[in-house]
Amino acid sequence: MKTFGGKVLFLDRSDINTDEIIPAKYLTEIDRDALKPYLFEDLKVDGFDPRRDLPGRQVVVSRANFGCGSSREHAPWALEANGIRLVIAESFARIFRQNMFNCGLLAVELPSAAIDRLFKEFAHRPTSAAADIAHAVIEIRADPHAEKVPFALAPFDRALVEAGGWLEYADARY
Amino acid sequence: MGQTVAQKIFDAHVVDRPAADVWVLRLDAVFCHEITTPTAIMDLVRRGRDRVFDPDRIKAVIDHVTPAKDSKTALQGKILRDWARRHHIRDFFDVGRNGVCHVLFPEKGFVRPGTTVIMGDSHTCTHGAFGAFTPGVGTTDLAVGILKGVCAFRMPRTMKVTLTGALRPGVFAKDVILSLIGRIGTDGATDRIVEFDGPVVAAMNMDARMTLCNMTVEAGGTCGICYPDEVTVDYLWEFIRASYPDRQAAAADFRRWRPDPDAVYEEVIVHDVSALEPVTTFGLKPDNVRPVREMQGTPIDQVFIGSCTNGRLDDLRAAARVLAGKQIHPHVRGILCPTTPQIYSQALAEGLIRIFLDAGFCVTNPTCGPCLGMSSGVLAEGEVCASTSNRNFNGRMGRGGTVHLMSPATAAASAVAGCIRNSELFQG
Repeated sequence: MKTFGGKVLFLDRSDINTDEIIPAKYLTEIDRDALKPYLFEDLKVDGFDPRRDLPGRQVVVSRANFGCGSSREHAPWALEANGIRLVIAESFARIFRQNMFNCGLLAVELPSAAIDRLFKEFAHRPTSAAADIAHAVIEIRADPHAEKVPFALAPFDRALVEAGGWLEYADARY
Repeated sequence: MGQTVAQKIFDAHVVDRPAADVWVLRLDAVFCHEITTPTAIMDLVRRGRDRVFDPDRIKAVIDHVTPAKDSKTALQGKILRDWARRHHIRDFFDVGRNGVCHVLFPEKGFVRPGTTVIMGDSHTCTHGAFGAFTPGVGTTDLAVGILKGVCAFRMPRTMKVTLTGALRPGVFAKDVILSLIGRIGTDGATDRIVEFDGPVVAAMNMDARMTLCNMTVEAGGTCGICYPDEVTVDYLWEFIRASYPDRQAAAADFRRWRPDPDAVYEEVIVHDVSALEPVTTFGLKPDNVRPVREMQGTPIDQVFIGSCTNGRLDDLRAAARVLAGKQIHPHVRGILCPTTPQIYSQALAEGLIRIFLDAGFCVTNPTCGPCLGMSSGVLAEGEVCASTSNRNFNGRMGRGGTVHLMSPATAAASAVAGCIRNSELFQG
């Protein structure tokens, strides 16, 4: 199983689509790691510059309907190529969410009030977050402040994360 | 308790329930194209699992970048082509016989009512127009589908959209779906199936129903579903005639895939189209929708008529009616992309291609290319395209470019005017 945690990148916008996560012109790559330099290249979020803000971040916190649009699994691949294995959002588009779990990655949904609080309390200062899969809790820390936020992890989603992805799970079972 | 269409399809295809809310379904078909499939193939090869569950249930096409534009896209095509040959996949469509997947595969009769289809492409939702469950998926789901012929889904929640009234002349399925997305928002149907019902759908031909279902994903929908009827039978008749004594028998059989009268929906929306006028998008999200009237005069640099949303024969006919005898504005680059060889050929026979050429359009081969800025028709920074495609996302047709989504008639009228404009087919 993969590990899920690190420094947080806050993206304060809803409807971040997969074209913004990885533009279509890079879908000609057949090697996942080749996507690394292009993550969020076309993302429009006030004040966000991928070259300045992306390096060293391993967790994304965002708003509603994250990952809408194209079905391209290149979106989670580009995130993982940059070391991002955990995305926390108010809600996800279906295909993106499934792609994350299918890759053994973690897409955590929190209620909008909880997301609001994260932005209010943490977005303006260096913050790290880590997911504890066994207890379904996210630990958020911005020294000296730390808090634990429980999240819902459905049994099947947990099984996919523990198996390392859907291909591993399905190949052993069907 | 009555069932929705999706619940009936799930019941008929379930092979496992690994958790209370998870259904693993048997797949009737797995569709493949050269952008999302090669990575799945390479994954399977790397794991020593280079097999296919059933070569006759796999359909493959090279459509996004075709003919190949560079070495990378040539390699993607080659990986798909070699794989199709190695596994004796007979329904593989390469340069000259290829077309946009969501137009070509229905045209070949591959989508039938009550079936399950997946593809590594979000617009697979198009095929629900036949009364089938057809979600877009990612590459891992595709790989498992290729290997095992199954895919996992959460139990579908269904919303019913009843389209009432009648469309005015010059108002099309594209205007209907854009207006609906504008009403419910980009996540208004997330994780839901959208059943389309009502007299407006019943009066639509299959081209229009596919346009309707094609954009359900822009509201987050898993797929659209139209109830199979005589129109569906007529479209499929050449492929199914051996199975039924006559069309009435086929229509009666297809009625299995309608919802029960007491089916339970999560939400029911009545969307009256009587007063609907042609619409277009204005921002970077497909729910930024307003009447063309309010956008009139917005200058454009390019017009694209094509895509899995609006590159079918009826779309070409509507645009040609507007263009006949006219020239497009000297500052506008017009790109027409008939989406399959059959449509191209029929458009030639009907004289439509001549109209486009005389008007000053460039006519490309069937491809997805311009819609997603992958291979042709890319916009420069600051340029604006009036497009019949499905996404106006930032950078979608080229970095710094802007896309306005609209019907083929509106796009054709805009090409002539050099700015966004209503077609004369609409008498507002």
